Order: sequence, then C-alpha cells, then structure tokens
Amino acid sequence: MSTSQGLRDWLLSEEPTSRRQARFAAWYKGWLTLRSNTLAMLGLFVLAFLVLAAIFAPLLASHDPFAQELGQRLLAPGEDGHLFGTDSLGRDIYSRLLYGARISIYIVLLVVMVAPVVGLIVGTVAGYAGGWVDVLLMRVTDIFLAFPRLILALAFVAALGAGIENAVLAISLTAWPPYARIARAETLTIRNTDFIHGIKLQGAGPVRIVTRHIWPLCISSLVIRVTLDMAGIILTAAGLGFLGLGAQPPSPEWGAMISEGRKYILDYWWVATIPGIAIFAISLAFNLLGDGLRDVLDPKEDNA
Amino acid sequence: MTDAPLLDVENLWVRFRTRSGVFDAVRGISFTLGKERLGIVGESGSGKSMTGRAVLRLIRPPGMIEADRLDMHGEDILTAPEKRMRKLRGGRVSMIMQDPKFSLNPVMTVGQQMVEALRAHERVSRSEARARALAMLDEVAIRDPERVFTLYPHEVSGGMGQRIMIAMMLLPNPEILIADEPTSALDVSVQLQVLDIIDKLVRDRGMGLMFISHDLNLVAKFCDRIVIMYAGRIVETCKADELRNAQHPYTLGLLNSVPDLEHPREKLEVLKRDPAWREAPSVSARQ
Amino acid sequence: MNAIEIHDLNVWFGSGPDRANAVRDVSFDVADGESFGLVGESGSGKSTILRTIAGLVPTWSGQMTVAGEQLGRRRSKAFYSKVQMVFQDPYASLHPRQTVDRVLSEAMHLHNVPDIDTRIVSLLDDVGLGSGFRFRYPHQLSGGQRQRVAIARALACDPSILLLDEPTSALDVSVQAEILNLLVDLRREHKLTYIMVSHDLGVVGHLCERIGVMKDGRFVEVLAVEEMRRLEAKSPYTRHLLESSINSIH
Repeated sequence: MSTSQGLRDWLLSEEPTSRRQARFAAWYKGWLTLRSNTLAMLGLFVLAFLVLAAIFAPLLASHDPFAQELGQRLLAPGEDGHLFGTDSLGRDIYSRLLYGARISIYIVLLVVMVAPVVGLIVGTVAGYAGGWVDVLLMRVTDIFLAFPRLILALAFVAALGAGIENAVLAISLTAWPPYARIARAETLTIRNTDFIHGIKLQGAGPVRIVTRHIWPLCISSLVIRVTLDMAGIILTAAGLGFLGLGAQPPSPEWGAMISEGRKYILDYWWVATIPGIAIFAISLAFNLLGDGLRDVLDPKEDNA
Repeated sequence: MTDAPLLDVENLWVRFRTRSGVFDAVRGISFTLGKERLGIVGESGSGKSMTGRAVLRLIRPPGMIEADRLDMHGEDILTAPEKRMRKLRGGRVSMIMQDPKFSLNPVMTVGQQMVEALRAHERVSRSEARARALAMLDEVAIRDPERVFTLYPHEVSGGMGQRIMIAMMLLPNPEILIADEPTSALDVSVQLQVLDIIDKLVRDRGMGLMFISHDLNLVAKFCDRIVIMYAGRIVETCKADELRNAQHPYTLGLLNSVPDLEHPREKLEVLKRDPAWREAPSVSARQ
Repeated sequence: MNAIEIHDLNVWFGSGPDRANAVRDVSFDVADGESFGLVGESGSGKSTILRTIAGLVPTWSGQMTVAGEQLGRRRSKAFYSKVQMVFQDPYASLHPRQTVDRVLSEAMHLHNVPDIDTRIVSLLDDVGLGSGFRFRYPHQLSGGQRQRVAIARALACDPSILLLDEPTSALDVSVQAEILNLLVDLRREHKLTYIMVSHDLGVVGHLCERIGVMKDGRFVEVLAVEEMRRLEAKSPYTRHLLESSINSIH
C-alpha cells in the first residue's frame, strides 16, 4: 500500500527530477484520464479480451477449427458441446471464432503498420515543404481518395490475387489518403507556430523539424483516427472475405464465415450471426477506445 | 446610490469540479451595482471574468454557481428558469467581449446581425429595427452607417468591430452593461475612442456598467468605483479617485509595476505575493 | 561598431495584385550593446522587421548587416548562434509535448554547446527559474514562467543580439514587470544588444534608449527616449501616440 502510494506521488509530482520521471508522469496522467472514461475502458477491456482469446486460442478452443464432421452439421448453439453451434460443414463455430480473432488482429496490425505511416510521411512532407512537392503529393492523394474504398480494394485484390496479405495491402493502399490529409492539415497549422519558428532559429534543418517536432503532434490525431477507422478496416476486410476476395476457405476469417452462413441464414441464424456479433464487438470496442484516446491525446486539453 | 441596486450579489461562488478536486474560481464575493461604473480589476486567474459570466449565469458545467443572493433589480436570477435568463441576457443585461472577431457571426452582415439581435428581444418591424440599428451605429461614431450596415465582420477593422458590438449590445436598451476587457485587443489610440463611446452611452442612458479589466490605471480613470480581486476574492474596494490612497499591498503592487514613460525607474517593482492575501476574507463591495 | 545595419529594407507578402507591402524603405542602425525599440499600431510592420532579420520572411529586398555578416536569402548556422528571438505569445512559443529540459538541451545540442547538463542548470538560474522547473511540461507552467523558458532557449547559445517581439504583451502587469527586470539584468550581464517591438510606449521607454516610430510600414521618426519622455516628438503621429498612452497610463 505505502509503496503504491509512494509510486503514485512520484508519478503525480509537479516537480519531476529526471527525464524518466517526467515521461512516466505524462503517461500516467494520460492513463488516469483514459481510466475515468468508462466507455473507453469498456472498449479497451473488450479488445484486451479479444487479444487474449487470440493468443490462447489453442487452449481455449473446444474443437479443431478446421475439422469437418458432416454428421454434426448445423447444430444449434449449446448442442453436443458446441458452444456456438456448428456450421454447414460441421465445424465448431466457437473454435473458429477464436482462431478468426487471430486473423482479424493480424489484419489490423498489418494495416496499422502501413497506412498511417505512409499517410504521416506523405502528409507532413507535403505540408512542410509546400510548393510543387505539396501539389504533387496531394494530387496523388486526391486520386486515391476519389475511388470508393471497397471498389479500389477489389481492383487491387483482383490484380494481385485473393488472400489475406493482398487484402491487407489493398486496404492499406486505400486507407492512407485520409491520414495524409489529416497530417498535412496539422502540419500547415503547426509549421507557422512560434515554437517551430523558435527551433528554426536554433538552426534546425527541415528533417529534424518534421521528424522531431511535427510528427509527435500529428501522431496523436492519427492514433485517434486510426482507432476510429479500425472498425471500418475490419469491416472492409470482412467485406472482402464475404465477397470471397480476402481470406480463403477454410480459413476462419469472420467475414468469410458470414459469407458461408448466408445461405442458411433463415433456418440456421447462428451460423452468420455469431461472427457478425464478433465483428460488431471489435468494431465498437475500437470506436469507444478511439473516443477515449481523443480526450487523452489532445494537447489543447492538457491545462486542466 | 439607488434604493434597489441593479445588481445585488452576496457570497457568490463559482466552482469547477476537476480530477484533482473542486477548484474555486470565485470564492464568496459580495457586491452591488447601481447606476454607476464599477471597475473589476485583477490578474488573469483572479476570477474577474468568471464573476462577469456568473452574473449572466453563463458558466457551463462542470462549473457551478452558488450564492446567498443573486438579484437583478430585485428579481432572483439564481433560480430563474433558463427561458427567463435568455430573455434577460441581451435584453436587460448585455455583455461586450474582448475580441469582436469572435463575437460577430462571420457569415452575416453587420446589419442582419443587429436587426436579428433586436428582434430577438422586442417585437418590432424589420424597418423599425433597421432604423434603430442605423441610429445606434451613428451613436457609436460610425460615420457611414448605411455602408457599414452591409459589410461583413471581416471587412471592418478591430476598433470598428468593437464599436459595432457596442451598438448591437445597446440596441435593446439594457440596464446593465458588462464589458469584459473591451479594449485590450485594440490599438492604444483606438482604445480611448471606444472607451469614450462606452462612457458617453452609459452616462446618457443611466445604465450600470461592470467594467472588467486587468489595467488598474485605465479602470481608475474610467470608473466611479473599483473592486480589486485576487485569487477569487475581493481584496480591496474604493472610489476611483481615492485609488492613490489604496492600502492593500496587492493594489499598490499592481499600481507600481507598470512602467511609466514620464517617471522612469531603474527597476520596476515586483509583487511579492503573500500567501495570507489568498486566505484573507473577501471584502464586501456592497453599497 | 554597429551590431545591426539596415538599409532600404522592403518586405512584402504575396505577389502580383495580391502583393501587400508590409515594410517600405526602412533604414536604421543599432549600435553594439544598444537597445532599440520599434513602436507602432498593429499592422505597422514592426514585427515584420524582426521576423525578416531572423530569417522567417523570405520576401525582402535591401541590405541588412547583422553582427558583421551581410545577410542573404538563407541564414547560416553561425548567424543563429549570434542572433536569437523571443516571441510574443508564451503559450505558442513552446512545444506542448516537450519538457523544459528537452527544449533547452535540443537548442544546445544544435549549437554544439559542451557540457549540456550543467549549462541547463545555470541557464535556468539565469532566468530566475531554478532547476525545479527542468522537467516540467509547458502546461505545468504559468505564462511568465513560459516566457522565462523562451528567454532561456534564446540565450542557450550565448547570442549577442536578442530580437524581442512584444515579449510581455500577453502577460499580467506584475509578471510583465518581472520579465522586464529580467531583460534589463540579462542585458547588463551578457552585454546584449536588443531590438524590441511593442505597442506599449511605457514598456519600450523602460527598456530602450532609442525608439523608431512606425506607421504603415514606414518610419515616422526615430527619437531618443529622453525626447520621448519630454514629449518632444516632431511628427504629429508620434505626438498622438504619446498622448494616447500618457492618457491611458494616468
């Protein structure tokens, strides 16, 4: 108790005595803000739950997600030890859902590693350089933005071949332009502030200014946007899976599962509904978390 | 001064709930406003602007207003319904903010805004509202009211914008005018002009003026009575012409820390803030 | 010797029909160790002159010699170790995500100052903050404290010329007095040359020996502070400005 109290005081000190303490204190205060937002914590909890479920899928699964047992097909939830029932090939939906979480998280991670990073680089460079660099980069961005997202992704997948990696690539290629727009807009306001002028007057070059001073401020709004977009990304991946252009059978990707269940939806509702609920849950969780992060990361709100 | 003051405030608190507890922006101040010019002076964070807003009940949650008494012309406004408050705001009490750029609607012409503002409070025909608005613009020394009437806010200068704001706020003939730093966004030479206009209008109409400012000298020159606020409390109150006899070290500090062109000093006096000022009970500025 | 020599400086924004001339044919010299003030109303071009000297405005013509260096389109790194600037708004001049320590150490790092750790502590002492403020973020500081940090950043590379752009206009009068005292002390200790822009004649009169009055991008007149105190202005505009501020002070 006394050590945790001491730690808390150390973290909340108004006079930090080292770089490390200052950094930890900033993180801790952010965490406190996030924690006071019940809905965001709910989102975080759901996501943590899904990540754990994905990691421990082999331990938690009651059946082999790929094992077909035609005698057991289309069992209702709860029947014969199948928690969520079975699908048209007699596979256990609960186990497939667990393994499907791995795919969803894999997709999310891949997209997060590509789209916002590309967007951040393109946007900040365009915004800071200005002139013809800006015009060129932003017109390219506009071209990508002009296409409907799913259609463009479809075209990419059609050209590159179906599969999760290609679906991710297609989603990333269609997802970065909004990030570039946001990053550019932020850069345009930041680059004319006095603190950027101040560091310029210390003789800092453009690379240093962009990477060390502009990026940290853009990243927060991008993180918020990414978490809010995550739902859309998962839905796009699921949509591609549903159309048969993403994950291929027998992979337990949630969108593909809905697609398969579609044929039976009137008589055997659970086959399509249960993966649907999973998609709904993860999308909502990301949205709630994104909303909470907005409160934490917005530097203008820091003065309270 | 008058029997029933325009504004009667007793033990006013403005509180904000924050993560680290309750923050008191205004801590139990009492004052009255008659048909006079009352200056409220303090540094940023002293609670002077919050006082002005609290009188109009313009404190948004998580802020809370508490008071033993908050009467406007004998009417209790602490418990008045929001609908009644909307009627009072802009009708019997008007407020002028610091920067006209943020108080004028950028997509409406000056004329439209003035007519709308008046018609929100009085049942008058469009043509009558227009005539009164033009007359009012003339009163705030705008030379060509007809032309200004058709301009958009971004087409007028800061000083002109503030005069338009004053005209707009005085249109419904309010009894009380709250001016929150009305001239600090303006150039010095324009400042005086705007102040003169406010002064003349307030005198002519027999209004009560609450003039909120950080500039003690300006307030001393311009107001009848001065209230000096520190950390949410009133530390001193006096007649403006007796300011030179002020006692409180904070007041003296504020007076002496201003660089004076005609009386240069090697070193400016710096306020030494005494923690006791914060704890001293609030002085009542009721009359 | 003159620290700053400006000849026929013209500064404009935009081009073609949108071109706005912010500064027109301005010439003045500032001697080594002198403190020169620029006053005028908003839009008179006083801040633009400072920003042009600092290299923040690329569109100018004329001749500028600062600390013996003839200025061109780009400023050298050596220039920035001799000339530094303090901005008007202390709330906008510090990066919201960087601690005081980070701000100062980066400035020193860029100027290859050795022994950064001890320098930061002495620098914070110089501006009256003390090392307790070293690891704070800007939102944990008041306006006056932020402005002290901004001054410390400007002094990090030991410059000889400081450009001050209304450094106290966003502060309360009592805090303004503290910052003005600090600037007076620093100038004496570090033998600095100041150019200070302000709309407040009292502030300029306190800190500067010579004052240039500007209107619509031009110099109306240059007068010594003693002349200003005796209200001996030649041009009617200066007299008008003086009367307005004397009036507003008393």
